[in-house]
Amino acid sequence: MELFGNLGLGFSVALAGTNILYCLVGVILGTLIGVLPGIGPVATIAMLLPATFVLPPVSALIMLAGIYYGAQYGGSTTAILVNLPGEVSSVVTCLDGYQMARQGNAGKALAIAALGSFFAGSVATFLIAAFAPPLAELALKFGPADYFSLMVLGLIAAVVLAHGSLIKAVAMIVLGLLIGLIGTDVNSGVARYTFGMPELIDGVGIGPIAMGVFGFGEIIRNLDAGGTKREIFTRRVTGLMPTWSDVKQATPAIIRGTMLGSFLGILPGGGPVLGSFSAYTLEKKLSKDPSRFGKGAIEGVAAPESANNAAAQTSFIPLLTLGIPSNPVMALMIGAMIIHGIQPGPQIMTANPELFWGMIASMWVGNLLLVVLNLPMIGIWVKLLTVPYRFLYPAILIFCCIGVYSISNAWMDVLLAAGFGFVGYLFGKLDCEAAPLLLGFVLGPMMEENLRRALLLSRGDPAVFVTRPISATLLVLSVALVAIVLAPAVRRKREEAFVEES
Amino acid sequence: MKLAIGNSRDFWSGVMFAAAGSLFTGIAVTYKLGTAARMGPGYFPFYLGLLLTVLGIAIAVVSLKGEGPSGDTFHWAPLFWVLASIALFGVMLKLTGVLFAGMALVIGSSLGSGEFKLREVLWLALGLTVFCAAVFVGGLKLPIPMCPGFEAFEQFRLCRI
Repeated sequence: MELFGNLGLGFSVALAGTNILYCLVGVILGTLIGVLPGIGPVATIAMLLPATFVLPPVSALIMLAGIYYGAQYGGSTTAILVNLPGEVSSVVTCLDGYQMARQGNAGKALAIAALGSFFAGSVATFLIAAFAPPLAELALKFGPADYFSLMVLGLIAAVVLAHGSLIKAVAMIVLGLLIGLIGTDVNSGVARYTFGMPELIDGVGIGPIAMGVFGFGEIIRNLDAGGTKREIFTRRVTGLMPTWSDVKQATPAIIRGTMLGSFLGILPGGGPVLGSFSAYTLEKKLSKDPSRFGKGAIEGVAAPESANNAAAQTSFIPLLTLGIPSNPVMALMIGAMIIHGIQPGPQIMTANPELFWGMIASMWVGNLLLVVLNLPMIGIWVKLLTVPYRFLYPAILIFCCIGVYSISNAWMDVLLAAGFGFVGYLFGKLDCEAAPLLLGFVLGPMMEENLRRALLLSRGDPAVFVTRPISATLLVLSVALVAIVLAPAVRRKREEAFVEES
Repeated sequence: MKLAIGNSRDFWSGVMFAAAGSLFTGIAVTYKLGTAARMGPGYFPFYLGLLLTVLGIAIAVVSLKGEGPSGDTFHWAPLFWVLASIALFGVMLKLTGVLFAGMALVIGSSLGSGEFKLREVLWLALGLTVFCAAVFVGGLKLPIPMCPGFEAFEQFRLCRI
């Protein structure tokens, strides 16, 4: 039972004194930013990257991962109590969670969300432990052409899952790829698109882009929406324990949500948002009485909350086995690994087993911490939500600015981030979703490198992408994905799904 | 800024993509393109830029007949105050240290909220700046200057962290 031996190693790392402390810090921070609308895990992780320089790599990655899945827990609290999604992935939780709260069942809704998330987190941890090693083994057989096709598949999946127009999402990816190429070309040493600025020779950092587009752009958009009025349940949250019949009703939904979320999280381009949306739709379809949904159905909270947590965790699988990020947070995790001198990819498991298994085990530990901590701390989170936005956003700004400066001690990065803040605001106004851009940005240099190598090996013959079996399979999958999305029936459904729930 | 051409959000995003694509392609031709087997530094960006331009034009053309959501108003005030204070922070940080730069950032960005109250904002600026200085510079020892780099300030113990 190698699996248990590996998990044992993982737990010995995750439970070591300082690591469990950083895990705790991570999940608390994650919950905090999950609760607060207007700041997400992308900006937070980018902000904290420099603060992790002083930590050993394992502790740093455990903490950053904790922020990510902690945010999924926190998001549900805001959704249920305030009817505002703290995170995008909890948009659907608002529908039934808030109704439950209005009917006096806030405690039950919160408890089911937390327990469902814990169950999902545990299953997802096990799935990562079970499926990562064989996948990593497969990944070792990948040549440059295969990697290129895999990235194509990932980017296409990202497009399919984007909310708005398909063609705009494709354009955002291409723009991201191009921005990723800024800086010195590794093969020829030519400085590309630097406009003579020495600061750009190493390329644009992921910090300024993530912070500018996701942090600053979002803040400005919130400001022009005006002081958002919030109706908060300041009444004491009571009756935390769900009754037996609640549990019986929610359990199948939790299991289905977990399965669906885990699967969607593994897909490149997938993640918590898609997981929660699909899980909600599935529950509504399967329900004997769909009209209960939107009026406080407990399944409507249980399924999406389990799904988003499961997906948040399984999205680590492509990162840890292939070195390919499936969403913007994973892109930042790649950045974090590189900063700590770890090359993401299939070799992590053999080169750094204690890091790999420690991180996986820490996810289960973190989920346990979240359940234990979250329910008693709800009072604090509620109080936090009463802080007016005019106090909150300067605080977020100053943390972000210090963070973006410290990544490489460059004041130019702060100015770049401001520039990307404008771009992010513009994207919002033009209905262009930013997540595909960030994915393209991270994959740009990797794609160029693998394309180059693949074509160099084949002496310029593009047939190499269809003659290699792995590459051909991946490309067929990509084409199938595009075909499915463009099929008229699915297309209508997809548009409906996003309209109905956004 | 109201935009009113067809589905103007799509129209202007198309224009934006096309402009960015042409810019990248235009510059790529000044680098060596090379061949598929031996790509020069310009090869990949040249074709990507071309692709982006075509996509942009397609988005803009399709939008002309569509009836999607119309353009949204730009709110210049928060945009200006937030971004200008971030830029100011970037410029000030090395010259004046985190204490002054942080105050400037908080006060400046607060002007964008539309509910600016001087007393409140001053307390907020003071509190946040001291907190950040204590945690990031004092505690985590990030290499950020605390005070202005002038000799006059070096006599304060606080500045020698």
